[in-house]
Amino acid sequence: MFDVIFLQFLNGLDKGAAYALIALGLTLVFGTLGVVNFAHGALFMLGAFCAVAMRMLLTLETVTLDPEKLSPWGTPLEVREPLMQAWLGDFGAVLVNYSVPVSLLLTIPIMLLVGIALERGIIKHFYKRPHAEQILVTFGLAIVAQEVIKSIFGPNPLPQPMPVELRGAADIGAWLGMQANVITYPLWRLIYFLFSAILIGGVFAFLQFTTFGMVVRAGMADRETVGLLGINIDRRFTIMFGLAAVVAGMAGVMYTPILPPNYHMGMDFLVLSFVVVVVGGMGSLPGAVAAGFLLGILQSFASMNEIKAIIPGIDQIIIYLVAVLILLVRPRGLMGRRGVMEA
Amino acid sequence: MSTFMSRNDLLLLIGFTIAVLTMPLWLAPFGAGYPDLLNRFAIFAIFAIGFNILFGLTGYLSFGHAAFFGVGSYAAVWSFKLLSMDALPALLFAVVISALFALLIGFLSLRRSGIYFSILTLAFAQMSYNLAYSVLTPITNGETGLQLTLRDPRVLDNALFEAGPGLPSPTLLGMPLQGFEAFYFCAALLIVAFFLAQRISGSPFGMMLKGIKSNQTRMHYTGFNTRPYTLAAFVISGMYAGLAGGMLAIVDPLVGAERMQWTASGEVVLMTILGGAGTLLGPVIGAWLIKYFENIFSAINDVILARFWSFLPDGVSDAMVQITSKFVGDGWFLTLGLVFVLIVIFLPGGVMEGVRRIADQFRPSRRSGRPANQARPHPRPAE
Repeated sequence: MFDVIFLQFLNGLDKGAAYALIALGLTLVFGTLGVVNFAHGALFMLGAFCAVAMRMLLTLETVTLDPEKLSPWGTPLEVREPLMQAWLGDFGAVLVNYSVPVSLLLTIPIMLLVGIALERGIIKHFYKRPHAEQILVTFGLAIVAQEVIKSIFGPNPLPQPMPVELRGAADIGAWLGMQANVITYPLWRLIYFLFSAILIGGVFAFLQFTTFGMVVRAGMADRETVGLLGINIDRRFTIMFGLAAVVAGMAGVMYTPILPPNYHMGMDFLVLSFVVVVVGGMGSLPGAVAAGFLLGILQSFASMNEIKAIIPGIDQIIIYLVAVLILLVRPRGLMGRRGVMEA
Repeated sequence: MSTFMSRNDLLLLIGFTIAVLTMPLWLAPFGAGYPDLLNRFAIFAIFAIGFNILFGLTGYLSFGHAAFFGVGSYAAVWSFKLLSMDALPALLFAVVISALFALLIGFLSLRRSGIYFSILTLAFAQMSYNLAYSVLTPITNGETGLQLTLRDPRVLDNALFEAGPGLPSPTLLGMPLQGFEAFYFCAALLIVAFFLAQRISGSPFGMMLKGIKSNQTRMHYTGFNTRPYTLAAFVISGMYAGLAGGMLAIVDPLVGAERMQWTASGEVVLMTILGGAGTLLGPVIGAWLIKYFENIFSAINDVILARFWSFLPDGVSDAMVQITSKFVGDGWFLTLGLVFVLIVIFLPGGVMEGVRRIADQFRPSRRSGRPANQARPHPRPAE
């Protein structure tokens, strides 16, 4: 029995990690700029498509027809020559193999740029407007982003292979001194969990231990006073928006081998991550992370057959159900500060 | 009459009635004068009018209204399957059941306001959608969608008439609801729905709702318990959505769960904002514009574009075809998203505010006499 529970716990971790990363970015934006960003899921999706684009670039190849050899149908055989391998040899092959992690390098500058452009271009003008209008404009932006992606990459999911070496499963049970081959877990999901733990840790460390982070935290607590002290808090908040976009984008990149990216994945995750943010407490970063993992793990347990036999359909609604209960019983969420968006 | 309705209201209603009833005539030159599209105009106008009663009057932004729409559709089809192919019981069931559903969801969701209310309604709608796809398959027929079959009991119909061959189609008191008959049925319902919304908006109840929108705290201080009023608005709005859902089931009796998905909720939000939230005509115009352009834009293909740009030199026209083809056909949602973003940024009052601004340009004498707050970007709460 223990191993079943432990396995479900592990299964919840990677989804929980994705929720936590998106919710972290959402909360960061809400806590700093006070903007309810419905386009945040789209940023996750854009990140995932950065990985797709990177892989397309890496696997560019020249196709020539070879009149000497014929295929079984009698047509000239196509000879494909991958450019990366031709130029870089073995290193090129490694690059293609590790295209997903490599595309993080592309994603970080792109997402930073997208985030800052978005904030300066549009969201800046919505600070003083009601939350409903912020929701509406970011909702519109999310539609635009996903339609642009759809018109470039097409409507179908594009599976991204993970590096060959990481395709296996990790025998976590054996590592912990239990019986071998009982608790195994796909290696990539383990890596995703570790990656997100490092990313989350990095964001917290950045906020906690750097001067920049200190100023941002001060600005979150009392923007006006920080501004009066002669600090250009707006600029820092803009950078935080860019940072939130980068976090969402990186979460998206690393998630591509688990879920083939399609243009509407952002919206699917957005709804869930909003629920996560609300459960964690609007504006609380630890709350967002904790709630992300909590809901991921709960969802994983709810999809166990034993549980589904007791309450049919619970796996479909567990997250929303928890959100509804939390909102009705404890409106400021698990760790929300008193008085922040408490209504 | 003057105590019942002001002259302006009456004129608006009469004008609206004439406009709706003559829709097949004045929309024909635009290529939209056929019943299938006109039905959708009427149905989604009702949906948007209902949504506006909640969002436009009270300011509560619900992201889950498609749930009531879907419930209305399912209820109507079940009435077709079990009782009779007549439209009236179907719509009655659609409205009553979605009202009960809205009462339950509204009672819970309205304990919170602002973003939390939006999330709660979204969560409930997504729950309904997910359940409709999975566990509730016996009721909703899951992914296939609920449809009429030959083996349906149809208790009333079979007791009264001899069953004809093939699948029956919806009727109204024995008259088949097809083509323009269906449209005039929908149009009549739209006019009634508009009239009711007009009455609600002008009534003391409507004033109360507008008061909640402009300052709920002050309403509390003056001694009003606002919850019953918002709940009533929520339920009325849910009934409108259920009615619209039931009507869509009449013209298209294959009901899938995607009618409840949150994108469908988003669409009615778009319609209302695009036309102008808080106004009477705005949601109707928004619904018509979106449904019209959805229909027209998605039908445009490269051939039509090539003909349109053919006056340009060859290379340029090819490039224009390439560029514009991204915005039409399957890409029509991109256009919608862009237009929507622009509207929210520059014209938060939607089309109605645009019309008012243009009208003000031509009436300098009245503009100077108006109170200063007319210049602010928000529209008046209601007309």
